[in-house]
Formats: sequence, C-alpha cells, structure tokens
Amino acid sequence: MRLFIFRIIILLAIINFISINTYGSPLVKTEKDKVQDTISFVSPFEAANNRCFKCHGQEKYEYTNETLGRQVKDIMCSERILHKNEFYSSNHRSFSCTDCHSEEYAKFPHSGELRMEQKYNCIDCHGGDEKFAKYHFEEIESEYKQSTHFKMEDDGFSCWKCHNPHTYKISVRNANNLKETIAYDNAICLNCHSDYSRFQLLSDKAEINIIKEHDWLPNQASHFANVRCIECHTKINNNIAVSHQIRPKAEAVRLCNECHSKNSILMASLYKFESKEQRRDGFFNGIILNASYVIGANRNEYLNLISLIIFIGVLIVIGVHIAFRIRNKSKTFKEK
Amino acid sequence: MYLYPKWIRAWHVVNAVIFLILIVTGLSMQYTDKENASYVVGFAKAVRIHNFAAIVLVLNYIFFVTGNLLTKNGSYYGIGRKNFISDLVKQFKYYSIGMFKGEKHPFPVTEERKFNPLQKITYVLALYVAIPLLIISGLGLLLPEITITTFFGISGLILTDILHITMGFFLSIFMIIHVYTCTLGHKPTSLFRGIITGYHVSEEE
Repeated sequence: MRLFIFRIIILLAIINFISINTYGSPLVKTEKDKVQDTISFVSPFEAANNRCFKCHGQEKYEYTNETLGRQVKDIMCSERILHKNEFYSSNHRSFSCTDCHSEEYAKFPHSGELRMEQKYNCIDCHGGDEKFAKYHFEEIESEYKQSTHFKMEDDGFSCWKCHNPHTYKISVRNANNLKETIAYDNAICLNCHSDYSRFQLLSDKAEINIIKEHDWLPNQASHFANVRCIECHTKINNNIAVSHQIRPKAEAVRLCNECHSKNSILMASLYKFESKEQRRDGFFNGIILNASYVIGANRNEYLNLISLIIFIGVLIVIGVHIAFRIRNKSKTFKEK
Repeated sequence: MYLYPKWIRAWHVVNAVIFLILIVTGLSMQYTDKENASYVVGFAKAVRIHNFAAIVLVLNYIFFVTGNLLTKNGSYYGIGRKNFISDLVKQFKYYSIGMFKGEKHPFPVTEERKFNPLQKITYVLALYVAIPLLIISGLGLLLPEITITTFFGISGLILTDILHITMGFFLSIFMIIHVYTCTLGHKPTSLFRGIITGYHVSEEE
C-alpha cells in the first residue's frame, strides 16, 4: 500500500514537472504565469523577434481576417508557443528567429509550405567548430547514430525530440543541483515515454506504462527520484558529459551490482563530476560520503580499517586467552 | 540447575540463526562488486534474504522483550547497583588473571543471578541499545522514503547506513566474543549444552 501511494506521488510529481517543462507551454496557466520581462538580457534582434513573440509568445493570438473584415482572436497551438523569458534565458538567446527559421515567416498568414521547412540539427551548427570542441558534438552525433532512437529518424526523430532548441540551457551537474538535474533529465525521457499522444508519433506500441515496466525494481519511487533513466538505458562514454547512446530495452542494466558496488557505473555517469573532483584531490572515498545515495553501501576506507583492526584485535585477545588456558591446563595436569 | 526455559531457548536459537544469515547477507551487500557479483550470495538475493531475515529478527526481538516483561527473566539484566563498576573490574580480572590461578568464580551462577556483571553490561548494550538502533536504522534503509534527506549537510541515508553497519559490526564482534566466552564454563562444551537442554552445570555441581 505504502509503495502504491509513493508511486502515485512520484507519478504526480513527474507529471507536474513535465507540465512545466514540455516543449510548448504549461498545461494549466493562470494570470500569475503570464509572461513577464524579468530577463536582463537584451537581444540585438529584440524588435524583430517581438514580431514573432506577439503571437507565439502566448496562448492566444489576434489577427485581422480580411475576408471577415474584422479582428479575430484564436488559441495558439501549444506546440507553437514559446515564452520570451524561456528563450532569452536559453543558450540560443542571442539569435534572431529567422537565423534558423525562414525569412518567409515574416509574412502573415504564413505560407502553408513553410510547414515543410527543413530544420537544422545540433551538428549543423555545432559540428566542426573549435569553440564547441569541448562538448564533443561529433561524438554525440556518432553515439546518437548507434542509439535506438536513431532507427526512428526516418519517422521524424531528431535532436529536438529531447532538446528544445528554444529553451535549452546547459547546466553543469554538482552536488547541490543533482536532484534538479535528475528530474530535468528524466523529464526529457518521460516527455514521450509517459505521454502516449507524443509517444505514438514514433511508435506503434499500444500502451506505455513506465511504472509497470519497472515493477521489478525495488524502491522504484526512490530510484526514479535519485537516478536518471539514462544511467541504466545508455552505454557509458567517458568522453562526453552525457551518454547519448540509448540501448534497446533488452540491454538495459538490471543487475543491482552495476550501481550498488564499489565500482558503481554511477561514478562514470551521474557522479562523474564528483569522481573528477575527488580524483584530482586524490581522495576517492569522499565521493561515497558526498553522494546522495547509498551506492554499494558506504565503503568508507577508514571504517573498513577500524573494523579490521577491531576484528583482528578481538581474535588476538581470544587467541592469547586460549593459549594461556592450554598452558594452564597442561600445568595443572602435570601437577596432578 | 534449570536456568533456560523453553521460550528463551527458542528465542536464542532463532536469534542465532537469523544473525548468522544477516551477517552473511549483510557482508555480501557491503562488499559486493561489479566484477564479483556473486560475493557469498548474489546482491539481489542477499537483499531479499536480508530483508526477510530482518523481519523475523524484529518479530523475535518483540517476542524476547515481551517475554522479559512478563517473566522474571527481565530482572537478570538489571544493572546500576552500587558496586557495579568494581564488580565489573572483579569479573574482568577473573577472566584475565584469576581463572588461570585457579581462583573461584567471583559471581557464580545461581537462580537469582544468571549473568555475571560483564555479561550483564554486554547483554544490555547488545540487546537494548545495539539491536534497537540496528532495527531502526534497518527500517530507514528498508523504507528510504521515511529517512531524513540530509542531516547537517550529509545524506541522511548515508548516516543511517553507517549507523546500521556499525551496529551490525559490533553485534558480530559481540557474537564472536559471546561464543568464545561460552567455552569458559565448567567444561568448554557445558554452557553450549546448557542453552540446548536448559540446565546449567556449574563447578559446584
């Protein structure tokens, strides 16, 4: 019963998180949530971009219907909404909308053909650029090509299914933002894998049920909140910060030891930042104490040493005691 | 002298078996490795057995505490008498020097005094301090969602885990010493016989 309640809570938390992170807009909006200009960044293309944001920056838009000869208010499709604040705090904030989209969008109503517009992928801009070399975009590309997601590229899978180019903001994992990173990264997967309307765009599977699929996993709610889906579902690549090689379901990690052990795979993935920090300081043990989850119990070197000393000490005392008893017994025996 | 009633013997044997299982499975989890997945018993199996054995241990512990409350067995664990420390030293001296000189046991077993001062203090520490801490921390690990997230900046789970393995370790050490001191009876095997048959054989008998 307790597990069931926790599953429900975690599911609600995930749904809530997705609702504010989906490609598009939150599911429920209130007056308070209206876009406010709180971002200090001033784009050189602000005026030009505002022409797009006028309609695409909110749920409703207005235009003049020349056939009817009057102003018409309409609801903007949620997939076409982009909040100004989110865009201007993203990594791509310095761009003009038409840097990536056709200049033809300046005209309204937009031409129907624009829907067929070929979109750029990450590698189109980031590939072969010295400035981005440290992110290893080429390696990410090659990982993606070996990924199970790549098989669906002809059906419309692309970088954008997971990374929203309008809102993407790079975040560096550290001990303080770990939970947020986990929730953020998991929301990317759950965006499709827990939302059938999006999932069915790329799959013919009749249903998706993450909770049921992971029924075998003990303390499921805890696992979902403390590790990312990619920990078990990708092949680790030490050259890139986040592995992009999603493996087929059959290859997912199922052995507890893979994580719950001294050489936990989490050290090369989720806790990689700590591993690096600690290795630099030559104090590997700290990772385990700092880590927010019990991986491989706590294999604290000091506790191990102390316990070994106590254990050996006890055996020595017993051994000495036995020796004295034997000596004493033979002495008594001789006296008799 | 009939000293160990059936319920005590039953509790004791269950406790001993469960403890051995918990130690083996606990070590399997603690020292598991990716390359060494089947250390003693495999991790997943060790978790299942450990959890099950722990529940049996808790039930057995409740049985023991209830028994102590309802019978006079509880009174054997009473410490806090005036001369307790000096009695403790006396008993320690007997084990380390006196017994080799052929001295008489300073606190011979009687129907009123089942345990010597050294036994009392270790049994009270083991049964009324270490086991409750072991059970509470174990519950915290069994249901991690009820464990506090952070405590002074350190993960609550890590602290709970350290408490759990520390208590587990001390109780394992207790078990080794307990088994050894049980060879210090009239004959090396007489105390073991006593806990099986219920009858204690002392030097005087």
